[in-house]
Order: sequence, then C-alpha cells, then structure tokens
Amino acid sequence: MCLGIPGKVIDVYTDNEMRMGKVDFGGVAREVCLEAVDEVKTDDYVIVHAGFALSILSEEDAMETLSILNEMALLADEMDEISASVEEGS
Amino acid sequence: MRYVDEFRDAKLVQGVLEEIRNTVTKPWTIMEICGGQTHAFLQYGLDEMLPPEIELVHGPGCPVCVTSLKLIDKAIAIASRPDVIFTSFGDMLRVPGSEKDLFAVRAAGGQVKIVYSPLDAVKLAKQNPDKQVVFFAIGFETTALPNVMSVIQAETMKLKNFSVLVSQVRVPPAMEAILSSPANRVQGFLAAGHVNAVMGYWEYLPIAEEHQTPIVVTGFEPLDLSRGLLMLVKQLEAGTYKVENGYPRTVTEEGNKSAQRAIERVFESCDQQWRGIGMIPMSGWKLRPEYASFDAEQRFDVGDINTQESEICIAGEILQGVKKPVECPAFGTLCTPQNPLGATMVSGEGACAAYYRYGRGRTRQEK
Repeated sequence: MCLGIPGKVIDVYTDNEMRMGKVDFGGVAREVCLEAVDEVKTDDYVIVHAGFALSILSEEDAMETLSILNEMALLADEMDEISASVEEGS
Repeated sequence: MRYVDEFRDAKLVQGVLEEIRNTVTKPWTIMEICGGQTHAFLQYGLDEMLPPEIELVHGPGCPVCVTSLKLIDKAIAIASRPDVIFTSFGDMLRVPGSEKDLFAVRAAGGQVKIVYSPLDAVKLAKQNPDKQVVFFAIGFETTALPNVMSVIQAETMKLKNFSVLVSQVRVPPAMEAILSSPANRVQGFLAAGHVNAVMGYWEYLPIAEEHQTPIVVTGFEPLDLSRGLLMLVKQLEAGTYKVENGYPRTVTEEGNKSAQRAIERVFESCDQQWRGIGMIPMSGWKLRPEYASFDAEQRFDVGDINTQESEICIAGEILQGVKKPVECPAFGTLCTPQNPLGATMVSGEGACAAYYRYGRGRTRQEK
C-alpha cells in the first residue's frame, strides 16, 4: 500500500477548494490530489499514492544516481574483461 | 526521463550486485521495512542473486497485516449495518477477522465498496446523503496524507454522513521496538522510501545513533533496492551507523512539510495495537478531539467484541523479522492466499503472500 507510482502532471486545477490535477501514468490519465505539492506545475513528475501526489521527482538527483551506477556497471565490465584476459593468459 | 525503465536497467543492477559481492566479507542480517519492497525483491529475483552472506528479513511495513484484529472485527460490524456504505482499499476485504472477512459481509448483502483514493469515499458520501459512508483509514505515514485529506475535504463540504475508522501506524516506533527486542537479529534497515517522502528521515537519526544500526532510505525499483543494499553493506562492513539517503530523487531529510502540517492538523499520537505484535507505545495516530465527529468508532456503537486469533498463524514473528514464512507449518498447506489464516498471506505487501506468489516455498539451503 505504500507503493507510489511516478507519473507526469498534465493538468492542474481546483475542485472543492482542493488543488487537483490530471497525471499521466504511461498513457493512462487519472485524477490526483496535488494539495501537498505546493509548487508543482504541468510537466513535472510526481510520486502518487492512493490518489495523492507525495513529492515532486528531482530529475537532477535521478540523473546523478544513474550516472554513479553507470560508472559502477562500466567498472564491473572492465574488471570482468581484466579477469578474463588474466585467465586466458594463465 | 520517465523514472521507471531507467531504474529497472538489468545491466546497471548487475553492476551494483557485483559491487555488493566485492564488498561483503561477513554475514549480515538486513531488514527491509516495507512489504512492497519485500514483494519487489522477490518479484525481480534479487533475493536469489545476493551473496549468501546477506540474509534479508522482512519487516512490519504491511498496513493490512498489522491492523488490529479488534478493529477489523469492528469494521465488519459497522459494514454489516444496513444504513452504512463501507469503503476500503481492496486489500482489506480478504483479511480474516475473528469469524469472517469483509468479502463475506458483501456476499451477505452488505454495501462494501473498494476505493482507489479516500476522496472517492467522500464523493460517495456526497452522492448518497441518506447513507452513512465510512472509510477504513488504515496505513503507515504514506497513507496518512490521503486519509487526513478525506476528513478535511468532508469538513469543507460540510458532510455529516462521512466518517473514518482509523488505524494509523508509524515506522520509527516499530524500528525501536524491533531493535529493543531480545529476539532481534536485524543489523541494518532499508527504510521505506515513500514513508520518507512524506516524513523525511530526520526522526531516524537518533535511532541509528542509539542502536548503532545503519539505516538507508531506499526506493522500490530493482536499481533502488540493490543500491540501498550496497550502501547498507558498505556501512556494515565499515562499522558505521549513519542514516543515508539512497532515494534522493524522491526523498529529502525534512520530507514534505505541507503533508506533515495536514497530518498534524487532523491526527495526534497515540499508543497503537499491532496485529501479531501487540501494543507499541506512541506508535499510532488517532483523530484529534476537534475531529471526533468524523470518528466512526464514536458514531457507531458496535458493542463488546471478543476477538479470536488463529492459533497456528505465526504472522507476529514474521512481521518482526524473527521467523520466515517457510518456518510456519501451515504455509502453503492450511494457509494459502485463497484461504488465509493470517493477514500476511493476504496482502500485496504481506511476506507470506510474496513467498507463496514467487515460489519461495523452500529455503535457499534446500535448493
């Protein structure tokens, strides 16, 4: 139940004094309450749980995470190649 | 960037797993708090790709599993009233009460409806002024925001026929309880990232310090889970016990202040009964006295309730990481998702349901 799904905000409006919006989840749009993400705007990505946006996703932090992990994967590849060439040589 | 596929990249996950294998030298017992993470570990087979030194034990982060039996029996009693439309998240309907579940109430003609958002329950109240609409407001901190917003919305709309049956639980007191138990085996925690999206992780700093136990805030995709594990294993091997953020695209240390203010406005802390575990001091939230008119427990007098728990089910020990589902004699035989003895076999976040669904019927050693 704590699962949150990332989606893209495609519309922001007010309904019954509540800040609401439409969020696109890979082609399926749903109404989501945006009351707790004050500064959200169209095209932002949010994490949605039980019809509520909990936080706005940071692209900068996502890119940084991926770049660190990319380097790790490259390094693992290189280590594999080195150990393979050592085995071949022995 | 769509924040899904990028974090399921098999090559990147392999790289992180390789780094875990290169880092680990000693056996470590690690608990993922959240049942959603338990399911993700098993769904992607990550648990079987880890080095044998790492043992994952599964935490209490399954709201359906820890909602007290007494409250489920109350829900069943309220839902059975002809003047009530009882609304709930879907998982709750098959959770066994003392005698029956909410599905049985529906089969007997009761109006029990599944909603996606608590605001859908408020809409139902507006559309059905001659009925009492009750929402079963269970959950951890993540769900507290949706739950309190339904009350705030009903207040704004001046609805007199909407109320909530509340069972709110909080992670930090549960971590304290697990670490303080004489049976504890947990040496490090993967914290549930979406709880932290709401609450931040500042509350975890004194827990890590006092119990000298590292905690890593972790997301839910395979890359997030493996990265969280790597950060934790590095700390365990180095003997450090910091709180680290392995999910920075979603979580900040202070969390979502706006959400915290809304929760604070409607709820106050209270002692809470956890099914299978017992009372944990100040581990829950209840409605503040100003919102008592929205309290379903006060609105409907359901009389005394005598609860009767299954004598076989070991869900309590599983939820505290003391035992694994396969150690239960009823697992997969007397107890299945079709005929569950305990809530951990029902929920999409229950550890027993995860073991059953993903075929972890045997321990690693037996394979």
